[in-house]
Amino acid sequence: MIRVQAGDFSAGAELEQLRRNNNGRAGAVVSFTGLVRDINAGDTVSEMTLEHYPGMTEKALEKIEQEANSRWALTDSLIIHRVGALQPNDNIVLVIAASKHRRQAFQACEFMIDTLKTEAPFWKKETLPEGTRWVEPGQCG
Amino acid sequence: MVQLRFFASLREQLGSGEEQIELPPGVTDISGLTRWLQARDEPWKSALADSRLHIAINQEIVKPDASVTDGDEVAWFPPVTGG
Repeated sequence: MIRVQAGDFSAGAELEQLRRNNNGRAGAVVSFTGLVRDINAGDTVSEMTLEHYPGMTEKALEKIEQEANSRWALTDSLIIHRVGALQPNDNIVLVIAASKHRRQAFQACEFMIDTLKTEAPFWKKETLPEGTRWVEPGQCG
Repeated sequence: MVQLRFFASLREQLGSGEEQIELPPGVTDISGLTRWLQARDEPWKSALADSRLHIAINQEIVKPDASVTDGDEVAWFPPVTGG
């Protein structure tokens, strides 16, 4: 499942829900949570705004999730990405991959977040003491 | 009509997030449409000259030689930085 939302999410609640629905199929659940840092490229960040392309962003995330499910034998997967104005320490993104064994879950989780970072249409804009700045690729992460 | 969309830093440079136009006579592909937009006053010419820009037709990434037809939604945007 994929979700793009302005509101917060709870990685703990999502993991627990996945475990409850798992019914014993998966033996391994790997998750990645991305947070807003308070410093980027040496500058203090007071706010980060995430812009997206409604429609295309959801399609891109669905494609990434489908690709992960075709490459690895996953019992479950989830991608949640937030948009709008976020503050340091806020959740940005959650990726979960569940599989029978850990290796597939680790690899699928890494694939989904790595691919999301280069292919899903999201753009970060930081608010710094001197003003605002669009994040350049490779500068975040 | 063709729906044009611009995102992130490009949207701010152009001062426009979207507009609808009639497909200009003679324009058949993305390169032609981009050149047609660049013929407007600045900041169009320089903003759309950025070779790092990605282009999508109907929300699928395409190359500059992709065909544009009436009813398409065409988007230009800088490299993505999510995650």
